[in-house]
Amino acid sequence: MAKSIKNTAGAQGASSAPSGSSSAAGALFNRLEAFAASDGRMSLLVVALGFLAGTLIVLAVGRNPANMFAALLQAMSGWDLTRGVFNVRYVGEWLAISTPLILTGLSMGFAARAGLFNIGAEGQYIVGLTVAQFAALFLPQIPVLHAVLCVLLAALGGAAWGGLVGWLKARFNASEVVATIMLNYIAFFLSRWATMRIPGANTFRTPNLPQSAQLDAGFLQRLTNGSNLNYGFFIAVACVVAYWWIMERTRLGFALRATGMNKDAAQASGINAKRSAVTSMAIAGAFAGLAGAVVALGSFNHGRVLAGQDNYGFTGIAVALVGNSTGLGVGLSGLLFGLLASGQPLMQSRGIPKEITLIISGLVVVFVSLRAGLRVILAWKRREQLVARAAAAAEAPGGAAANPGGAPASPGGGSAAAGEE
Amino acid sequence: METYAVEMIDVTKAFPGVVANDRVNLAVRDGEVHAVLGENGAGKSTLMSVLYGLYEADAGRIRIRGADARIKSPNDAVALGIGMVFQHFKLVRDYTVTENIVLGMEPRTRLGHIDLRGAERRVAELSERYGLAVDPKAKIEDLSVGAQQRVEILKTLYRDADILILDEPSAVLTPQEVDELMAVIRRLKGEGKTVILITHKLREIKAVAERCTVLRRGRNVGTVEVAATAESELAALMVGRAVSFTVEKGPARPGEPVLELRSLTVKGSRGHDAVKELSLTVRAGEIVGLAGVDGNGQSELVRALAGIDKPSSGAILLKGRDITKVGVRERIEAGLAHVPEDRHKHGLVLGMRLDENLALKTFYKPPVSKAGGALDFRAMAERAERLIGQFDVRAGKGPASKAEDLSGGNQQKAIIARELDLDPELLVVAQPTRGLDVGAIEYIHKRIVAERDRGRAVLLVSFELDEVMSLCDRIAVISRGAIIGELDAAGADERYVGAMMAGVRPEDYKAAAAGEASHG
Repeated sequence: MAKSIKNTAGAQGASSAPSGSSSAAGALFNRLEAFAASDGRMSLLVVALGFLAGTLIVLAVGRNPANMFAALLQAMSGWDLTRGVFNVRYVGEWLAISTPLILTGLSMGFAARAGLFNIGAEGQYIVGLTVAQFAALFLPQIPVLHAVLCVLLAALGGAAWGGLVGWLKARFNASEVVATIMLNYIAFFLSRWATMRIPGANTFRTPNLPQSAQLDAGFLQRLTNGSNLNYGFFIAVACVVAYWWIMERTRLGFALRATGMNKDAAQASGINAKRSAVTSMAIAGAFAGLAGAVVALGSFNHGRVLAGQDNYGFTGIAVALVGNSTGLGVGLSGLLFGLLASGQPLMQSRGIPKEITLIISGLVVVFVSLRAGLRVILAWKRREQLVARAAAAAEAPGGAAANPGGAPASPGGGSAAAGEE
Repeated sequence: METYAVEMIDVTKAFPGVVANDRVNLAVRDGEVHAVLGENGAGKSTLMSVLYGLYEADAGRIRIRGADARIKSPNDAVALGIGMVFQHFKLVRDYTVTENIVLGMEPRTRLGHIDLRGAERRVAELSERYGLAVDPKAKIEDLSVGAQQRVEILKTLYRDADILILDEPSAVLTPQEVDELMAVIRRLKGEGKTVILITHKLREIKAVAERCTVLRRGRNVGTVEVAATAESELAALMVGRAVSFTVEKGPARPGEPVLELRSLTVKGSRGHDAVKELSLTVRAGEIVGLAGVDGNGQSELVRALAGIDKPSSGAILLKGRDITKVGVRERIEAGLAHVPEDRHKHGLVLGMRLDENLALKTFYKPPVSKAGGALDFRAMAERAERLIGQFDVRAGKGPASKAEDLSGGNQQKAIIARELDLDPELLVVAQPTRGLDVGAIEYIHKRIVAERDRGRAVLLVSFELDEVMSLCDRIAVISRGAIIGELDAAGADERYVGAMMAGVRPEDYKAAAAGEASHG
């Protein structure tokens, strides 16, 4: 397309061709760059593309995409368009499913903002889950306090598991990617081994957890027509706020963001990058540990001997990517992934293969990666331009490039002019 | 009618927000050495990038040897006989000279092997013919910077270039190597090549160029015969006003030692001793310049001073206190300010806002930090406003501008503002004016002198001998990680300093000079 434009322009006049085509391309570039500059807009675009692709696939397998959207609408709002009934329980389920995804997304995102790749949210989640189950079974059953303690201990467990990775990184410069992957397995098998040793446990479950440790909230269940929604959702909301506050508003967040964006400059400015690694991984681990607690104490009324990884940690990576690792972004992105998960059975009942949701979430992640690629290309283009612009701006300080007379104003502006005789 | 090797007619190249070349004309005669003179950012490099096909012009025409040419990529340029030697060499370090030269166009034998022998012969021939003195079989990593540059020149000659563009070729060379380069350029001209020399160094233009095209702010100022134009006239054309080359400063009044380095040894990235048993004292109220060619341990020394790298032995004393093992933040609190050599790597967090960057070293204490660990963003912005005003930092959105959106000069001013606001005892400045225009350079120099006059100790590291000579009170020359000689800047002989930068010991230089005198 671009080629044909260029050719026709070339036929009209050789001298105008390059200017015409490249300024059009320049305008497109600028618009593209302005668009790409906004993380939020890019994420929305990426999600829209994912749904578009999902729609096309549904069409390709000969089903009606309207059914897919009807199912997702029902999962989100409780409205069943085809039958005209409303059941608020679906909303509750959606939020309940989203809760651990938001928390593991925060875990991934927090480390990412500090420049670390936390593949270990899964392991930290398992540690949190296991600690919560033990605390539920063995701590005194004091109402409210019992559940609070379980949740706090789970967060601490996750924090320790994550902080360990940060410490390995700081002390031995061990790659956090490798360390977290290995610790995921260790956490998993450790959890199985320990949980099976609980008296009364068999190979897949422990005795029932006492009511005092559970996060069930009667009023939420009544409100959502008996859904699985529990206090865990409030934990997630509180974490989103805490995440935003720590990251954007505190000294700690400032140091972590600086380290994440330019470790060298942060260190040269006196920020302790090693401490940043430990702190950020510990906080990331705490978020994942909370996800474990929410699942252990909210979704099941017995402790589980894990048969496989629950994969919340890994989905969290995608959640953080789509949510741009900002508090609000991760919250919304977690709700999106939760929606795709909670919509599955509804889609199936409408004849849409439930795998479509997996394809959509997979594609969204692929598109997010493409976005990163687009950024790299734009940044690369940009750098070429910045060199020229910086140079020219240095000549005409303050961007006073619009000096048509080319008057020999003093290049350094007012103050530097004092150097003249 | 005169034949031109290169004609660029009304070439315009705009980038978002700036016109780098605005209807620029350049006519280079066949077989001449033509200088393109301009300050950093005048549009010289953009113009040459257009000629070499790295950028496509928005408007304008290029004629090569009288024929219209469309140069859309460096391959087109090479096919037209244009070669370019960049400021930063594009060589593979563990390949030989010949391997580097044939890279991308390897000659094959009939069996498909690379025919290095034949290539080596040709490289040797070319090297001989142009007086380049390069061994075709030498490994790049064993060559001096000057020799590497000659390899780059050979690379263009090997590709049959007869129009050579040299982009700021002297920036990385010692004064002696610059002289050798000038001889090479004359030889190239003698063999009928056309040379376009991009530079902002007037002396080099006077030494080799016949004509000179001056650019300012992306526009033509004019083309002059070099022989008929005085250096001061060239400078005035370049800057747009009369320039004083000297830094105005009164005599230094050195006081107590502020920085003392005692046989400091620092390992470099390759595990060797980049700084070897280096001792140096900087007193309050003086500027000590560390002169030397890039890569002689300056970067490692500065990083060790700043606390980024740990020295392997020796001691660093700041106001008598041993800070050798002290972390960065504690050094800052002890009165160390550091303007790093690489402002993008160590100086700024480009993705953060200007006010955040200005607070990078002090965000953890009041007024930017509030009790309880929260940040006071209003205080941060107010402080930024003050520094922006004081140091004349131009930023489109003020404190909220992203650091990456500032021009190089303003980024540097921001760093200097942050460092001077620490009210330091010792100011370590590395390459403070690299890539900046004359106005910004004057300003930064004046600030550094003002700090000296306030009784601060200043250690200046610069690869620009001119800068060291004009700004400093005392010069210490570093070569291979050690101080090879120290002298007062006033009345220092540039050739003597240059010789020491190249590793000649003071006693040897004096002996040689005495010998020359007795022969002459």
